[in-house]
Amino acid sequence: MYLQLAWRNIWRNPRRTIVIMTAVVIGVWAMIFLGALMRGVSAQMVKNGIATLTGHIQIHQRGFRNDPVIENSMHEPEMVEALLAEYLPSDARWSPRVRVDAIANNARHSGGLTLVGIDPEREAGVSFIGQAVVKGEYLDAGDEYGIIVGQALVDKFETKLGRKLVFMSQDTERDIASRAFRIRGVFRAEMEATEKQYAFITKGAAQKMLKLGAGISEISILLADYEDAESVADNLKEVIPPDSYEVETWRELLPLVTAVLKMYDWFIYIWYLVIFIAMGFGIVNTILMAVFERIREFGLFRALGMKPLWIVKEVLTESFFLLTLGMIIGSGLGLLSIHALADTGIDLSALSEGLEFVGMSRVIYPVIIIRDIVVANLVVLVLGIAVSAYPAIKAARFTPVEAMART
Amino acid sequence: MSIEIKMVWRNIWRNPRRSILTILAIVFATMLLVFMLSWQFGSYDTMINTAVKVHTGHVQVQAEGYRDRMDIWLVVPDPDAVSRILGDIPEIEAYTVRANAFTLVSSEDRTYGVLLIGIDPEKEAKVSTLQKLIRRGEYLGENDSNTALVGELLAENLKADIGDELVILGQGRDGSVAASVLTVKGIFSSGEDTFDRRSIHMPLEYFQEVFSMRGAVHEVVVLGRSLDDVETIKEKLERGIRIVDDHKAMAVLDWMDLMPGLVQSIKMDLVSALIMYAILIIVVAFSILNTFLMAIFERTREFGVLLAMGTTPGRLMRFLIFESVTITLIGIIMGIIFGSLVTWYFQVHGIVISGASEFLSQYGLPERMYPKLSILSISVGAGIVLVITLLTALYPALKVRRLKPVEAMTAA
Repeated sequence: MYLQLAWRNIWRNPRRTIVIMTAVVIGVWAMIFLGALMRGVSAQMVKNGIATLTGHIQIHQRGFRNDPVIENSMHEPEMVEALLAEYLPSDARWSPRVRVDAIANNARHSGGLTLVGIDPEREAGVSFIGQAVVKGEYLDAGDEYGIIVGQALVDKFETKLGRKLVFMSQDTERDIASRAFRIRGVFRAEMEATEKQYAFITKGAAQKMLKLGAGISEISILLADYEDAESVADNLKEVIPPDSYEVETWRELLPLVTAVLKMYDWFIYIWYLVIFIAMGFGIVNTILMAVFERIREFGLFRALGMKPLWIVKEVLTESFFLLTLGMIIGSGLGLLSIHALADTGIDLSALSEGLEFVGMSRVIYPVIIIRDIVVANLVVLVLGIAVSAYPAIKAARFTPVEAMART
Repeated sequence: MSIEIKMVWRNIWRNPRRSILTILAIVFATMLLVFMLSWQFGSYDTMINTAVKVHTGHVQVQAEGYRDRMDIWLVVPDPDAVSRILGDIPEIEAYTVRANAFTLVSSEDRTYGVLLIGIDPEKEAKVSTLQKLIRRGEYLGENDSNTALVGELLAENLKADIGDELVILGQGRDGSVAASVLTVKGIFSSGEDTFDRRSIHMPLEYFQEVFSMRGAVHEVVVLGRSLDDVETIKEKLERGIRIVDDHKAMAVLDWMDLMPGLVQSIKMDLVSALIMYAILIIVVAFSILNTFLMAIFERTREFGVLLAMGTTPGRLMRFLIFESVTITLIGIIMGIIFGSLVTWYFQVHGIVISGASEFLSQYGLPERMYPKLSILSISVGAGIVLVITLLTALYPALKVRRLKPVEAMTAA
């Protein structure tokens, strides 16, 4: 009976109900849609970070992370590699790398970058570089003088496919090692900074240039699901000797991205709260009006013997209907707008330099996180009912005689 | 007129609870916007000032194309000629010259690739904050030659300290090998990771010698009296340079040209924030639309009487708009007052966002941030609220025009 009574009551004044419901609909839509966009931005940042040579887990010689020099390489990677083969889940892929700061030179230009020695076949399954070569070709395992560089670097150095670049760096004997490489391929990346920052040679060539023997700088591991990074890393930490090796997940390797993720978490919930407060005033006011124009009615109920608590319940049920309807429509619209943008995304290429500056991708795709949608709706429902308690209690307080005497 | 004001005022307080809730909604929106915009403008200011003071200055003269490629042979060959032009521009506070080169730098047991910057110690101190950023050791002196200032993180990576020697190895302007040994004299920290990890400063004269610069520099860095002078300075400088430089080999760039990433990311932040605020205020508008509507519909009979007595519909409409405007203005003024007070409190005490320092330092922002109250931050926020609420108030007021006296008087 309540339900029927409440339902009919909210449609007594359809205009009023529709107006306040519109506020709820827009509010919930804004919560869900903008929330999904923010999640999209942060998901893209994580994806870029992981694909740009981070992977889900990395293993280094202890000390390398604080002081990434050639002396802190893993000198006997075979042992770690054997452990990985044994203890990693079968669908995980991993790749060894040599990584060193170097200066690149050609006849006209010079600049600093990171030289990465890779196992071409393994690396293709782990980081972006396997799919990123747009001109020329990817490296062969036996290639001693081939290099892959980014398009931005090619432009900067005014060079092209087949030309030579000379690299200088410090080798294990603390001498300056220098070696010429021929450009075999040119890659493109999501960020221009990546194209300028990295150049890829084979692991063998890097080891020879730096007199590294079989040593490597790091092992990068890519799992089937990034959510597993923590648990897999914990397993590895138990078998890989901790006094000589560090095992870290992407959360530790990309502190900036982790900080952004945390900040967005907060930001989204603050946004929910602010939007709710904006509609909260309207909800209270509308219910209050609906209550005051029915003072006589409530007086009559009371006179007929309805308990005050029932009146509170009845008013809250009205507000429940109002909120739920608004939430359903708002969530629906939110999901629809997300769906509409799912394929095309929002293209922000016009602001590419700004995006580069804050580390965002050129196209933003909204990402649906069920928890966000649930939280958004819960915020509206719980707080909405809570603020409706004020008019509801008002309604229950009218004494029958007083109320019925009102005109 | 006074009777109208009296009527409007009494009508507003006919149902105080409702009016107060409506006003509170507007106060909330205005407060939030005043605070948030002051916060944003404050952080943009800090970002721009830090970047200008640490890196670019307000305006620079460089060789055409140097910004994109930073090649050592793209030089300003005669910095003195540029100085003469600068001397005639009164809006200029100070200027300095710099030369840059990518080099390998080695300490006893570490080697890194860095940006080596040749500076004029005396002039540099007036343009950039470098001198104030020295954490240990000393700033460069007038007669120093083979001394260097090293970023804190780089010093850590190099395992080098004051008095240690660094070997630099790079390519000179003429393509020759440039090598020298520098002694670490000071260690600086700007708080910005890439700068502290990737740069070394040395005296310009010695730089020019080592890199065979033949008196040339890469950047003439100009600091204006304020950000507002940038346009004038740029214009005057361009005019002056055009006379000296007949090959069009020089470019005059302001800080926005030099840091397009910063400018665009500020734009992006502002635009996305404004979209959010607009959505928020639309929610507020629908939230208070009911009050405006109710205030009219519960008085239909009254309006009927007024119309029957000869009040023109136009006047009635003016009444109602006046009523909504008053409510809106009360809300906005209170919002501005409270918003400014809250903002002012934080402007004095600062806000620390715990755990965000790493993220903020990436953009050259300190951990403790200060919002900056300004006419702009107040008026933009209040303006958006005013426009959207007034549009909301217009809808019910327009409805009144269609009222017929007789029908209205008999309405329930």
